[in-house]
Amino acid sequence: MNIKKLKDKILSRAFLRGVIAISIFLIIWEVGARFESWYGYRVPWIGLIPPPTGVFASWGPLLSDAGYWQSWQMSFMRVMGGFIAAMILGIPFGLFMAVNRTFHDTAFPTFEILRPIPPLAWVPASIIFWPTAELSIAFVTFLGAFYTIVINVLGGAKSINKQYLQAAQSMGASQWDIFRRVVFPATLPSIVVGSAVGMGITWEVVVAAEMISGGGGSGGNGGGLGFFIWNSYLGGSYEQIVVGMISIGIAGYFSSEMLRNLGGHLTPWLKTR
Amino acid sequence: MSTMNQETAKSNVELRSQNSSEIVLNNVCKVYGGGPFAKEVIKDCSFTIESNKLTVMIGPSGCGKSTLIQLIAGFEKPTSGQITMNGKQITGPGKDRLVLFQESALFPWMTTYDNIMYGPRARGEGGKEATELADFLLKKVGLEAFRDKYPSQLSGGMQRRAELARAMINKPEIMILDEPFRGLDNMSKELMWEYYANLYEEDRNTNFFITTDIDEAIFLADRLIIMTNLPTQSRHVIEIDIPRPRKIEDIFASQRANDIKKEVMTLLHEEAMKSFSGGSKAAADFLEAYSKRAE
Repeated sequence: MNIKKLKDKILSRAFLRGVIAISIFLIIWEVGARFESWYGYRVPWIGLIPPPTGVFASWGPLLSDAGYWQSWQMSFMRVMGGFIAAMILGIPFGLFMAVNRTFHDTAFPTFEILRPIPPLAWVPASIIFWPTAELSIAFVTFLGAFYTIVINVLGGAKSINKQYLQAAQSMGASQWDIFRRVVFPATLPSIVVGSAVGMGITWEVVVAAEMISGGGGSGGNGGGLGFFIWNSYLGGSYEQIVVGMISIGIAGYFSSEMLRNLGGHLTPWLKTR
Repeated sequence: MSTMNQETAKSNVELRSQNSSEIVLNNVCKVYGGGPFAKEVIKDCSFTIESNKLTVMIGPSGCGKSTLIQLIAGFEKPTSGQITMNGKQITGPGKDRLVLFQESALFPWMTTYDNIMYGPRARGEGGKEATELADFLLKKVGLEAFRDKYPSQLSGGMQRRAELARAMINKPEIMILDEPFRGLDNMSKELMWEYYANLYEEDRNTNFFITTDIDEAIFLADRLIIMTNLPTQSRHVIEIDIPRPRKIEDIFASQRANDIKKEVMTLLHEEAMKSFSGGSKAAADFLEAYSKRAE
């Protein structure tokens, strides 16, 4: 049953299209990188990048290198740490702002002033403020996801169809029951969307934070994927820069896919549309 | 009429609410906004929703019928005047007056069964009695096979029936239905009329039904209240004495039904004309836009 499912998926049109698109992309990249000039015209950007064969060649040995995998692990831990903290604080914060007017009026202005500050602008301040570089990276990562999650939760909870609330009220539901069984599930789709967007931002932020802060003090090969790229750049290994970039792409894809799956399980009613 | 009530009541004990309830509106006014932008939606509106009858309210669209429902259901308060239920002033929403809204208000995240069980569970009464009643109602509205489906998997008519079941499980003393069959295609609409009329004839609870459709009104109503244009008042009440159970054909064939229809149409046409010419649509729209800005 499961093998048949897998086979169906691999032979499906969508999957084949994906494979073809990636292959074409790789071929253009390879050809573009190998030939510096086409008919006397210099390809402006692609000609300076190492070709995919070169990238894969330098990727090979890295696969058995503990430091490379440690970079993965470090970045993943930071992303997950910041992201989970952002969920734990952001979801209740957004929900509470949506249902309590006083709290909304008190907290929202401060929130709105802090929100436009890019997470990366917090890097110097957080390095000063937090005792360890690790904590400051985690904090900046947290900020990246926090604002997005709060804004989505708040928007979702505020745009609930008024009739759902009135229907629940007229059936004799208590405020708590309305919150638990109407407001919360009605906001779940927005929570899932906010989390997915927040996860993307978290990856953007963690890599930059690692570059700036020098890999959270652990340095060397264990500084995370962002530090891995920066280190490769300083060491002049252009192939490894690209390896790091693709690694982040893959890591981000898996994180989002994980969230999409989880979100699908949490909101089964949306699948039926 | 009353002997028939008792007979039918016997056949369906479990859904019959204990009391016969009536709602009385006395000089109700509702004004939105204030100062120069105030908009009077309901003015000196008085009528009675008599107990154990199906009262249908008909009026030109946009005449404040939905506002009246907000007031009767207790979601909003009248600016002046009283609304009483069995002599007691209505102060807020309650499960004795259940509303079926124009658009489906089924919770999309709950299955049909969970939707029906929402009321009892919310009040901590989700025990055996409620689950049995839920199963009974599922069968009654013909949705047993759709028990574990989400609302988005149901057709428009099924959604309306699921909503009827969700309301009935709470044994409301009065059901308020705000154009519940609007947006259904004609075939399912007529089926829903017959279906709903059947349900009503079984338990004869007090029902208050709002519509803009004359055929629907005449087919369903015991009493028909015709409303004026904005600001809304009740203009005329017609007792519809066509015997039950009624058939759709009767409404088109019977002389009595056609006489009523003519009378209703004349009255409604007058009201519609008022809004069209006298009230000046452009001026009304302008005022409405202004009052929205003031909010």
